Amino acid sequence: MSNPQTMQIQEISAHSGPVPGQGTQRAAKVCKYIDVTTCIGCKACEVACVEWNDHPFRETSFDNTYQTMASTEWNYWNLIKFVEHERDGNFMWLMRKDQCMHCEDPGCLRACPADGAIIKYQNGIVDFQQENCIGCGYCISGCPFDIPKFNPQTKKVFKCTLCSDRVGQGLEPACIKACPTGCLHFGTKQEMVQIARARVSQLQTESGFANAGVYDPPSIGGTHVIYVLHDVTQPELYGGLPANPVIPPSYTVWKWLAKPMGLIMAGLGVLAVFFHRVTVGPKLPQPEPVITEHPDEAESDRRETP
Amino acid sequence: MDLSRRTFIKTTVVGGVGLSAFGFDLAPVYAQTQGLKIDRTTETRSTCPYCSVSCGVIIHTIGDRAKNVTPQVIHVEGDPDHPINRGTLCPKGASLEDDINNDRRLLKPQVRRPGAQDWEDISWDQAFNEIGAWVKKTREETFVEKDQNGYTVNRCEGIGWTGGCTDTNELNYLAVKTMRSLGVCYFETQARV
Repeated sequence: MSNPQTMQIQEISAHSGPVPGQGTQRAAKVCKYIDVTTCIGCKACEVACVEWNDHPFRETSFDNTYQTMASTEWNYWNLIKFVEHERDGNFMWLMRKDQCMHCEDPGCLRACPADGAIIKYQNGIVDFQQENCIGCGYCISGCPFDIPKFNPQTKKVFKCTLCSDRVGQGLEPACIKACPTGCLHFGTKQEMVQIARARVSQLQTESGFANAGVYDPPSIGGTHVIYVLHDVTQPELYGGLPANPVIPPSYTVWKWLAKPMGLIMAGLGVLAVFFHRVTVGPKLPQPEPVITEHPDEAESDRRETP
Repeated sequence: MDLSRRTFIKTTVVGGVGLSAFGFDLAPVYAQTQGLKIDRTTETRSTCPYCSVSCGVIIHTIGDRAKNVTPQVIHVEGDPDHPINRGTLCPKGASLEDDINNDRRLLKPQVRRPGAQDWEDISWDQAFNEIGAWVKKTREETFVEKDQNGYTVNRCEGIGWTGGCTDTNELNYLAVKTMRSLGVCYFETQARV
């Protein structure tokens, strides 16, 4: 693609009607593959994210774990969650790279009431457009993974962009490029799912992880960030990964019932005004009330002003 | 029904404005992404200075090396063509940009004298002269010409040499020549590049 850097949009938050030109061009669905089983927790992805996005260096918090801080922040989009786990009497690290999952059916986008503040590109990246963000924070509660974070200074919400600036220019995301163990991989969704399945069968047959599997939750249409987990039946172990992530039903009711109803009623109101104007006509000035104390003066005034 | 042309236009315009206020406009199909910050930067290949793995890095500086531009490092990332790391970096290597743009980066020789509390700034000339004098003094004091069996060994046992991982073959060649000629036995060039 050439400058100015653009990517074709598939979905726009709070946008009435279809997205113009949707599906006119082919676009490969991109995907991040994260093999939790080969992550060594080196945090190169964290640093690469901070460096690429020019995020400020911030104080880290220590909570008796190697984790940099408790959760991702509005200017810290990529965090390795360190979980100390015991399996068959042996100690074991579970290190999961926590960031935006870029859902196929994004809860943030469904919840967002600002037109164009959250968009989903044809290639699957869900991106926030901060100039359209109104800072209401609905995306924060709409996200099943607790990813969007509010910046109290600018009153805007930020999250991982899957390096849309790099991907739009044909590069891979910064975190993927840095990973020294190769547990991160980037490519089309199809290819990544294939690699993940091959790795899962390897884990099951050769490494004794019978419950190993791919985390690509179908409840939100799949994600554009997929994990290979040692035990896919217990994703909660990995720093609170939801087993069955769903968009809160209140947002569905609001978006698909309350909001269209409201718009229809507003439209009917406009139509009523239109037809009232056409059929009844404009409201004409009424004759002034007659002042009874000085009937002669009132009579003469009315005559002077026709 | 009393519907004049003027009334029709007026009501249509009002209705149209009302409709577009409720979001019936045609939004752009494309969204602009943030500009690629390394789009037209000068790329310089280098070697990560940390460990002896010696990963290749690309240093991105602003400007196109024109005469009137002072290059400033804005980004460092792995060199995908480098056979060692093929684009990857560890967290230390990934943070090289802030190693270069750092207030605490050492840019001049300093010395802490025996017993002194603080580091003292000295000139390069003074540093070379002092190091030369110490090398000469140490070598003369610790030089072993013959070992206990009477064999000629010509060892300088009071000096050790450690190379850096970014040292090139050429620098390591000179270092080995120099150290061997002094009789230094304890040296490690970290010759990995």
